[in-house]
Amino acid sequence: MNPEPRLVEVRKNVLKQNDVLARALRERFREAGVLAISLVSSPGSGKTAFLERTLTLLHTRYKVAALVGDLATENDAARLARSQAPVKQIITGTVCHLEAAMVQNALDGWNLRDLDFLFIENVGNLVCPSSYDLGEDLRFVLLSVTEGEDKPLKYPTIFNSADVAVITKSDLAAAVEFDETLARRNIQAVRPGMQVLKLSARTGEGMPVFVKFLEKRRLRSRSTHAVGT
Amino acid sequence: MHELSIAMSIVDLACEEAESHSALGVDVVYLKLGPLSGVVKEALLFSYEIACQQTPLEGSKLLIEEVPIVVNCPVCRERRSVQSIQSLCCAICGTPTPEILEGRELMVTAMELRK
Repeated sequence: MNPEPRLVEVRKNVLKQNDVLARALRERFREAGVLAISLVSSPGSGKTAFLERTLTLLHTRYKVAALVGDLATENDAARLARSQAPVKQIITGTVCHLEAAMVQNALDGWNLRDLDFLFIENVGNLVCPSSYDLGEDLRFVLLSVTEGEDKPLKYPTIFNSADVAVITKSDLAAAVEFDETLARRNIQAVRPGMQVLKLSARTGEGMPVFVKFLEKRRLRSRSTHAVGT
Repeated sequence: MHELSIAMSIVDLACEEAESHSALGVDVVYLKLGPLSGVVKEALLFSYEIACQQTPLEGSKLLIEEVPIVVNCPVCRERRSVQSIQSLCCAICGTPTPEILEGRELMVTAMELRK
């Protein structure tokens, strides 16, 4: 005899495990007073160059570290190590995005209280990383001028999951006839009110503004925490 | 494509639920899916079958309900739908609306169990 079918209510998030870990990470970052920033973008939009420049600029005044996700190589960690900041590579194998558990594992052995800024470079991918909270305080989505102005319209979900958009490789804008007004309009269409920064890691244009932005955010999150405790 | 790993999470979650209800089998898993979840319905359905193989969910069906983006329009002061995922503006008055109330769902809402 076939047993009776019965409908039961469940109401559970599929990624609840990731969400729980991400919340715990966020709490750890806050308690340690470290500002965690993740970077997402398509492959080749300049995440690693941008991060190398950022680490080099911040390294003299702050304690900074980075985790970098990649499918197969340790090239990015080797490049970033030139900045003198501690860097750890997360090799994801066939997985096309970082998950909170990978970040948690990679932080093993690091004392977060020794850090002011922690950067997390996601795998180059504009689709999958949008589903996974990593516990970061801020998510930056990068858009290089060579990619075209309509990237935000093609990948609205990742732009929507991010807090700040960064237009990279600004030194090449004229050569590729990048229409900045159109790019900004597209960003605002998929994420109204999103802050947009423009810079070039190669020439350094826009980097001081970016560094100031980070410093301000770190102070703000620390003072919020102080009030909360 | 991360739908296979999402499908495997759904199978894990559903297996746990079935066990907690002492079910003998699972016929249907109901899922709510928002456009901002970053998950593609067709790819998820395809992956689900693979993820179910050699698990207590083998042969079960995944029924996906796609739900729209709902925002809180600051001008209408109402829950509103948007023009499109490429244009997060109130569908009624056209105001850009950053406050998203719904649309990120990736949630198992119910299951049909045999017991």
